[in-house]
Amino acid sequence: MAHAATQDHHDDHHEAPKSFFRRWFMSTNHKDIGTLYLIFALLMFFIGGSMAMLIRAELFEPGLQLVQPYFFNELTTMHALVMIFGAIMPAFVGLGNWMIPLMVGAPDMALPRMNNMSFWLLPFAFTILLSSFFLPGGAPAGGWTMYPPLSIQGGDSIAFLIFFVHVSGISSIMGAINIIATILNMRAPGMDLLKMPIFVWTWLITAFLLIAVMPVLAGAVTMLLTDKYFGTSFFNAAGGGDPVLFQHVFWFFGHPEVYIMILPAFGIISEIIPTFSRKPLFGYKAMVYATASIAFLSFIVWAHHMFAVGLPLGAELFFMYATMLIAVPTGVKVFNWVTTMWKGSLTFETPMLFAVAFVILFTIGGFSGIMLALVPADFQYQDTYFVVAHFHYVLVTGAAFSIMAAVYYWLPKWSGNMYSERWGKIHFWLSVISVNVLFFPQHFLGLAGMPRRVPDYNVAFADFNMISSIGGFVFGATQLIFVGVIIHCVFFAKKKATDRVWEGSKGLEWTVPSPAPHHTFSVPPVIDDSQLAHGDVGH
Amino acid sequence: MKFGGIRGRATTWLVAASALLSGSAWANPHPWQLNLTKGVTQTSKEVWDLNMASFLVCVVIGIIVFGAMIIAMIRFRKSKGAVAEKWSHSTKLELVWTIVPVLILIGLAWPATKILVRTTDTADAKMTVKVTGYQWKWRYDYVDYDGKTVKKVGFMSRLDKKSDATRQLDSGLDPNKVVDANGTNDYLLNVDHPLVVPVGVKIRFLITGGDVIHSWWVPDLGWKMDAIPGIVNAAWTKISKPGIYRGQCAELCGQDHGFMPIVVKAVPQAQFEQWLAAQESAAQLDKAARTAQATPTPGDSQG
Repeated sequence: MAHAATQDHHDDHHEAPKSFFRRWFMSTNHKDIGTLYLIFALLMFFIGGSMAMLIRAELFEPGLQLVQPYFFNELTTMHALVMIFGAIMPAFVGLGNWMIPLMVGAPDMALPRMNNMSFWLLPFAFTILLSSFFLPGGAPAGGWTMYPPLSIQGGDSIAFLIFFVHVSGISSIMGAINIIATILNMRAPGMDLLKMPIFVWTWLITAFLLIAVMPVLAGAVTMLLTDKYFGTSFFNAAGGGDPVLFQHVFWFFGHPEVYIMILPAFGIISEIIPTFSRKPLFGYKAMVYATASIAFLSFIVWAHHMFAVGLPLGAELFFMYATMLIAVPTGVKVFNWVTTMWKGSLTFETPMLFAVAFVILFTIGGFSGIMLALVPADFQYQDTYFVVAHFHYVLVTGAAFSIMAAVYYWLPKWSGNMYSERWGKIHFWLSVISVNVLFFPQHFLGLAGMPRRVPDYNVAFADFNMISSIGGFVFGATQLIFVGVIIHCVFFAKKKATDRVWEGSKGLEWTVPSPAPHHTFSVPPVIDDSQLAHGDVGH
Repeated sequence: MKFGGIRGRATTWLVAASALLSGSAWANPHPWQLNLTKGVTQTSKEVWDLNMASFLVCVVIGIIVFGAMIIAMIRFRKSKGAVAEKWSHSTKLELVWTIVPVLILIGLAWPATKILVRTTDTADAKMTVKVTGYQWKWRYDYVDYDGKTVKKVGFMSRLDKKSDATRQLDSGLDPNKVVDANGTNDYLLNVDHPLVVPVGVKIRFLITGGDVIHSWWVPDLGWKMDAIPGIVNAAWTKISKPGIYRGQCAELCGQDHGFMPIVVKAVPQAQFEQWLAAQESAAQLDKAARTAQATPTPGDSQG
C-alpha cells in the first residue's frame, strides 16, 4: 500500500535506540513494551506451570510422596496467582500493546511513558509475590481467593500478597487507561468505532472492566490488611464483622476478572477464524453487542461462586437466572464463529488449528458452566474437581490457547520471519491431546466426589488422577516446543514473511512491512473500508 | 463352560458399566466412577436428574455445533477447491440462535427452581443436629429429637488412626491397605466417631465454623453447606435407607483440609433411639462421675 511505502522513508530518522538498556528499560515504544509484556508472560507461564507440575506429581498417586500438605496449599495458591496475574493478563496486555495501535492506525499508545511504567511495575510486583516462598512460614497458602479468616491466619506472607495485588493492580489500571485513551483518541481518520477490528473492541470493553474492578479488589485486600495488622473487624465475626462480606466483595471483582481473561481471547479468535476462512466475520455487530452484554452481565453474577455459603432463596434464584443468561451472548459468539467457517475456504495453519480447538474446548468449558449455574446441582459440584476441570477448560484451552493462536498469527509480523509450520503443528497436536488427557478426567473426579485443593485422596480417585497427571506432564513438556518455535522464528528462521503474511488477512496491521518497523503510522493511513478487518461494515 | 465364562464376564462387565453410569451400586466413591451418585435422599435423586438433564442438553447442543463445525472443516477446505462466499450476516438466523437458547435455559431453570424451593425449606424437622467445623475435625451436637431437647450428646469426629498414619509424608504405608471390615477401601474417608442419624426422619442441620470456613459435604445426601464462623447455616436431609455415607470438607481450611472426612451412619429409627438414650445416660454418668471427682474438665468426646 502506498502509505506503507512512505512509512519506510520516515522511519530513518528515529530507529530503535542502539543501547540495550535504553531500548528495553526506558522504552516508550508500544511494540517494544508489547514484546516485554509477552516475554514476561511467557516466563510466568513457566513459573506457574512448574508449580502445576509439582501439584500433579504429588497427585500422581494416593498418599503423600513429595510435599507437605501446607506446601501443597502454597503451590495451588501461587499457581493461580502467577497464572492469572502473571501469565494470562500480561499476555493480553502485551498483545493489546503490540496490535491495537497497528490495528487502529495510531503511531503509538496514547500515554507511552505510563505504558513503560505499567510494565515495569510487574517485575517488582512478582518479585514481591514470589519472594514470599522464602519467608518464615512460607508463601500464602489460603487459596488465591484469599478467603478470611484462613488467609490472615498464616504468617506475614499475606502482607506480601496484598502489596503484590496493589502494585499489579496499579499496573493493570494504568494499562487499561492507556488502552481506552488510545482507542478513543488515536484512531486514524475514517476508523469509526464500528469499523474497528473485533480484537480492539474486546480490549476496549475489557479495559473498562479492569478499571471498574481492580479498585474493588484493592479495597477488599486492604480491609484484609487492616483486619490482620490494625485491629479492624471487617471480616472477623468475633468483632462484629462478616467473613462472607469478603467473598461478596472479592467476587464482585472476581467475576468480571474472569471475563477480563476471556474477552480479548474472543477478539483474537474473531480475527483468526475469518482470516483462515477467507470470509468476513459473521455478525460483526452482534459480536460487539454480545461482548458488551457479557461485560454487563459479569457485574451481576458474582454470587454464583458462593451458592453454598447459605444465601437466601431469592438471592440464589437471582444469581442462577443471571448466570444462565450469560450463555445467550456467549452462544451467539460460538454460533457466529461456526457460521463464519461455513461456506468459507478453509486452511489450517497453526493459528487456525488453535482457534478451532479454542471454539470446541471453550464451548465444553461453557457447557460445564451451565451445569454449574444450576444451584441444586451446584451444591454437588461446588468446590470439587468438576469446577477445576471447568475453569481450566475456559482458561487453558480458552485463554491460553487463544494467546498461542495469537502468537502464531502475528509472530511473522513482529519478527519478519515465518515460524516453522511443521513444529507449530507438532506443538498444537501434542498440546490439544495432552490438555484433554489432563483436564477431561477431572470432570469425573469431581462428580465422583473428589474435593479440590486436596493433596491426597481415596484410592477410588487414583486412576483418573494418574491419567490426569500424565496428561499434565506431557502438556508441560510440550510447551518447551512453543519456546523453541518462537526462538527459532525470531533468530534463526530463513523464510521471510511477506507484509500480508496470510492470504486472507485483512486490517491495517498487514499493510505495514514485516517486521513492523519501530515506528508505524507516523502519518495516519488512508482507510479503505474493503480492506478493514472482517466486519460487515455496511450493516 | 467356556461360553459360560465369557457370558459371566460380560455380565459382570455390563453390571459394572451400568453402575458406572448410574452410580447406584456403590454408596461411596469407587474406581473409574464417572458420574454423580444418585444418593439416598429425594434431594440427591432430583439433583442427579437435573445433572443428567443439563448434561444431555449440553450433549445435544454439542453434537449440533461441533457437528456443523466438523462438516465445515471437511467440506469447505481450500484444498478441495472451496471458494469463500461473501455473506456475513443474517438477522433471521441470529434471532433464532438468540431465542432458542433462552427457551432451553428456561427449560432447565424451571426444574432447578422447583428443587431449590423445596430443598430450602427446613421447617418441620423432627430432629436437629449442630455441626461445627474445626481445623481439622468436625463436632456434632445433638440439639433435639422428636420435640425433646437432647441432653449433652455431642462429640468430635476426626480422621481415623489408620488413615492418619498412612497419609503422613513418606509413611511407607500403602493407602490401598486401608480397608474396613468388608474390605472396602476407606482411606481418608473414615472417622473415629461417625455421625449417627435415623433414616426416614427429616433432620435439620445447623452448620457453623469454629475457626475458619469449612464446608460440610456428603455426596449421598445431595448437597454441601459452608460452615462459617459467626454464621449459622441451616440445611436438612431425610435419608431413605440405612448405610454408611462418606464425605469430605469441601472448603479450603488450611493444611489438613484434605484430612477431615465426614461419615454419616444412618440406622433404623428404633436403633437410633436406643443409641441416643445410651449416649444421654452415658453423659449423665460421666457428669456424675466428674462431680464426684470435682475435676471440672470440659468433656467433649463421649462417642
